[in-house]
Amino acid sequence: MKFALSPEQAQFADTLDALLAKSDVARAWAAGDHEPGLAVWRHLADLGVTSVAQDGEPVDLVVAMEAVGFHALPGPAIETLAVLPGHTDGALLATVAIPPHVPYAVDAHVAERVFVLRNGVLFTGTPGQRISSVDPCRALFEVTPATEVGPLDGAFDRGVLACSAQLLGAGRALLARSVDYVKQRTQFGKPIGSFQAVKHQLASVHVGLELARPVVYGAALNAVPVSAAKIAAGDAAYRAARTALQVHGAIGYTVENDLSLWLSKVRALHTAWGTGSVHRARVMATLTRPAGPH
Amino acid sequence: MDLDLDPATLGFQAEVRSWLAAHVPSELPSLDTADGFEAHRAWERTLFDERLSVVSWPAEYGGRDASLLQWLVFEEEYYAAGAPARVSQNGIFLLAPTLFAHGTPEQCARLLPAMASAEEVWAQAWSEPEAGSDLAAIRASAAKTDGGWLLSGQKTWSSRAAFADRGFGLFRTSGERHRGLTYFMFSLRAPGVTVRPIAQLDGEPGFAEIFLDDVFVPDEDVIGAVDNGWQVAMSTASNERGLSLRSPGRFLATAGRLVRLWQALPDPALRDRVVDAWIGAQAYRLYTFGTVARLAEGGSLGAESSVNKLFWSELDIAMHETALELLGGEGEADGPWLDGYVFSLAGPIYAGTNEIQRNVVAERILGLPR
Repeated sequence: MKFALSPEQAQFADTLDALLAKSDVARAWAAGDHEPGLAVWRHLADLGVTSVAQDGEPVDLVVAMEAVGFHALPGPAIETLAVLPGHTDGALLATVAIPPHVPYAVDAHVAERVFVLRNGVLFTGTPGQRISSVDPCRALFEVTPATEVGPLDGAFDRGVLACSAQLLGAGRALLARSVDYVKQRTQFGKPIGSFQAVKHQLASVHVGLELARPVVYGAALNAVPVSAAKIAAGDAAYRAARTALQVHGAIGYTVENDLSLWLSKVRALHTAWGTGSVHRARVMATLTRPAGPH
Repeated sequence: MDLDLDPATLGFQAEVRSWLAAHVPSELPSLDTADGFEAHRAWERTLFDERLSVVSWPAEYGGRDASLLQWLVFEEEYYAAGAPARVSQNGIFLLAPTLFAHGTPEQCARLLPAMASAEEVWAQAWSEPEAGSDLAAIRASAAKTDGGWLLSGQKTWSSRAAFADRGFGLFRTSGERHRGLTYFMFSLRAPGVTVRPIAQLDGEPGFAEIFLDDVFVPDEDVIGAVDNGWQVAMSTASNERGLSLRSPGRFLATAGRLVRLWQALPDPALRDRVVDAWIGAQAYRLYTFGTVARLAEGGSLGAESSVNKLFWSELDIAMHETALELLGGEGEADGPWLDGYVFSLAGPIYAGTNEIQRNVVAERILGLPR
């Protein structure tokens, strides 16, 4: 047993991290200027990152999605990397709606391929009305089925796993930004990070994220259901978001501060790809199957 | 990245599982009673005779030289089998790592086999009335005498001290605060020792006060250098908070029982809490496997043991609270869930309160200013 990234996987994570750290494309994407973001996606495809995430082991997908979450990369990443490999036909980005838990296709106005998955059957989709999301980087579209493509198994679960990893990355980013902020923000003559009321909250966020991460990677290895990963990562990231906003104070409650990029992302992903209630029901169903725990 | 057990570990797991299935006794009386203490001591001897009381120790001291992973597997099997609480845990999980790191070969040879067989059961003696979270405020002292030391002062909240044979802790030999403390081992039966048992929340004397009045301790029962006790104690303190004191096996077993309780009493309003408990136990298990991988690469436990301690102590309470809710009106009645609940309440207090642990996480891991 070695429950740690292999040297190749660690290098993949580092490469991705270095590449995405330089990109600052979320605000343009939210404003409707997709070109800088698409340039990053093209770069990822050219470097082979996209194909590793799409065609590698689930752990590779998780590594990629954690980086996407950490750096708030916009675009239909879950859909392109996790759900639709094999159906992108060379397209840079693809998107899909999977009712009832994924009622809209994200960024259908940017993706070159749009699908709907109904009862395990994939259809090409025709985008309809655009609906705003709490996350300005996620444009939501109603989609109607057009042409049947064929059966697609396991798509929702791969999407859930990818969403969990994205939440985990976003949660880690929120904690990192909060730690930086409370070290430099001074009140009462001291950095606010020296106050126990602040320390203890951030320590709790750290514990939540540290214990969620192995659940996400464990789900990639089939040790636990992907629903467990979504619950663990979703709750840890959401706690990170709420705490981040609180320790930033009023500046965090502004759209100008970059914190809003992750706050809104986590709020959106927390209920996307199945709510906590949906996934808890799924986990309990697994645990109480007559054959016993999975 | 994988979670597969190697053939040797699988073989060990199978052996442990079948041995436990044949030997685990039906429920013993509480180890915090005189009869229960001796029953648990006898069980430790049974484990020792099979070389299962300290599997990760070297064979010369009664162990099997098992890997950390095999030890975790042993723990999972042990708790899954519903085997008794470990009366010798203070010795084997807290003192022994210190002896391995700082003890002399003579000390190890003299003390470890008797610890492994529970012929000698050890009590910890860290806290004092004025030194709890602020452990460096220790006032109990040791004065040099011919061939050894005379210990004086008062220790308190000493787990197992009511019935144990020997104790270990820090005493002031000079200086102030962290400087000038020395790590001593002493007999709880020596002249000058008075043990006053303290009834815990469950009514049983799980811990005690120890009064020491010029208690003689020979030089060979000092661990490490005189005046260097703080460094000696802290170098292995992460064992208490971290891996060894509360391994994942315990919580996996509790989570499994909680799921079965929910199946028997399926209150839909409590479903989510049961699921969260199960996920928490799995998270701790997987997190620990990650720690094992990190240690295998030469990493150390350090401040991250505070993350463990925060997580398992709060998980333990949440699981037992959920069980009592499921039991409804029966929740207040005597039974294993109530016993477990009362026990779990101490978790956020002992081995360093969770407030102290959060300070450690914030300052040493996140780098926030003191």
